[in-house]
Amino acid sequence: MAQTTPDNRGLRLVVRYTVLTLIAAIFSFPLIFMIMSSFKPAEQLLADAHTIRALLPIGDISLNNYFDAFKRAPVGLFVFNSVLVTSVTVVLSLALCSAAAFAFTFVQWKGRDLALTVILATLIVPFETIAIPLLLEASKLPWIGASGITYGWINSYRVQIVPFIADGLTIYLFVQYFKDLPGELIEAARVEGASWFAIYRRIVMPLSGPVLATAAILKFLAMYNQYLWPIMVTQEEQYRPVMVGLQYFFQLNRAWGEIMAYLSLITVPVLAFYLYLQKAFIASIASTGVKG
Amino acid sequence: MASKFTLSNRTGWLMAGPAIALIAGFVILPFFLAVGFSFTNQRLVSPNPAEFTGLANYRQLLGLGVLHLDPLKDAAGATVLDDQGQPKLPELRSITRKNPDYPQFDGMREWFSWSSGAGRTYVLASDVVFMKAIVNTVLFVIVVAPVQGGLALGLALLINQRLRGINVYRAIYFMPVVVSIVVVSLLWSFIYDEKQGILNNLLGALSFGALPRVDWLGNPATALASIIFMSIWQAVGFHMVIWLSGLQTISPTLYEAAAIEGSSKWQTFRYITWPGLKNTAILVLVVITMQAFGLFSQINVMTQGGPLDSTQTIVFQAVQRGYGKQDISGGSAISVILFVLVLSVSLIQRYLTRERN
Repeated sequence: MAQTTPDNRGLRLVVRYTVLTLIAAIFSFPLIFMIMSSFKPAEQLLADAHTIRALLPIGDISLNNYFDAFKRAPVGLFVFNSVLVTSVTVVLSLALCSAAAFAFTFVQWKGRDLALTVILATLIVPFETIAIPLLLEASKLPWIGASGITYGWINSYRVQIVPFIADGLTIYLFVQYFKDLPGELIEAARVEGASWFAIYRRIVMPLSGPVLATAAILKFLAMYNQYLWPIMVTQEEQYRPVMVGLQYFFQLNRAWGEIMAYLSLITVPVLAFYLYLQKAFIASIASTGVKG
Repeated sequence: MASKFTLSNRTGWLMAGPAIALIAGFVILPFFLAVGFSFTNQRLVSPNPAEFTGLANYRQLLGLGVLHLDPLKDAAGATVLDDQGQPKLPELRSITRKNPDYPQFDGMREWFSWSSGAGRTYVLASDVVFMKAIVNTVLFVIVVAPVQGGLALGLALLINQRLRGINVYRAIYFMPVVVSIVVVSLLWSFIYDEKQGILNNLLGALSFGALPRVDWLGNPATALASIIFMSIWQAVGFHMVIWLSGLQTISPTLYEAAAIEGSSKWQTFRYITWPGLKNTAILVLVVITMQAFGLFSQINVMTQGGPLDSTQTIVFQAVQRGYGKQDISGGSAISVILFVLVLSVSLIQRYLTRERN
């Protein structure tokens, strides 16, 4: 075996960092280009695309593309819709799925094992295979509102929220986490006479920070980035989320400056959120793999 | 924990009931509806109730036929030649258009064909576009599953080194995962553009103008490959993280032992790392496969299935029928076919990766 001399080590370090940096360039340049282009007028954007200037905020820099994007489409409405649908779904999902997982892990009841088996089996059903019949189902479902009973959920917030509150993956994540909590603690609390709801709220939930973060992040990404379902159920502008709003920019003669502004507008907040909570994001993805 | 203190049917159903009801109503019910609708002519909006039509949807989607045509002969038995002096074949249309002698080929179109003997053999399909969609989707899965899984493992090994600042690199590699594939698709349709696109600019500069500009998404030969490359770019960080968590479950003492024994890097990987990653490998493979079969957003944003149906996919077809043409039964039949495909591929993967002891 070759001896690792100091020279040799230094060289190897340089090679390693060079490889790492080149790969980092492949992953980051398209996103940097998107953000930088959003500040440039269309002609400059196209001219800059030939050189390294494409990645730099130089030249005729302004927010005009953003103003134009707001003129082309009701961008504020789309952002509002996305934030509303995503946040309501995440909150309800955490509440209902953690309660269900609590019942699956700590409580003995008739039908428990069968119900859990069926829920875990739904993990092999991709959403794409149920989207079409779900579309028909959603078009017929009843709803009790201010104007009495109405039928059909198409063009509403509920059609974007209710079907996605409970899912097998979220319940699975909570069950896996709860299994590692000390079961004796819960049983002792029962012996002491604590109610189930008190145990759930006072003992289990306060211990569940990491899994709540994981489930929230995964649900947030899935909901905010959803596309297939909302393009089918939001024919009316009023309920469209940001990803469907993209279609306003699809024209034949594409205004790339405006497009980059819109893309940056709906992506940068998520990227910033990710970079801020980077460890939690990566841990949440990693936890879907553990014990899988 | 089978004690009387933990026994409570009421609590169990009260706490799990809402989630169970939602999953039953919005996952399990539509799954069975898909199967049910696929045997009917259900439409999204229709004045008439749906009727049971048996296997008609499946026949319409999957109908295949093989037909061999020999050159025409005239009354004297000599081969009829066409304008170019080639043997003249009967018109395909004369056979697939209401020909009472060939009821099995009625309504079919040519999928592909080849010369055989003096004549030509045709493979006919009831729905040529759907056949192409199946082929493209399967091709996408076959390329993406191993390539993305392999690259993700490579990145994970690279990131798993003890180097200063390695977390910054990890964060950057993972970045595209949090960006919507819809955003990525529109962004990359600029990168892939023939006249203004960055990729062509870059390749031109690197080759000093020697390479021709390619219409990456407008050329049937490159469109699917371009979508594959972009899809891997977006998702590979996700599986890198899953590999990383697998790598971290391998005990460091094993590596120390290997170092003492003086094993090479390859030996260490082959006999310690890879066996320790077995469960992770199965998970990564299954997850990528399931995601890849759902290919839709990229197609919807970038190509709409074109050019020349070279990027048609199963889910894109399901949406075009079920939503675009409001043909719920046809879309449901496609969904069922997709589910059967996904399930059989996962079962095959399970079988191939089973414990052999």
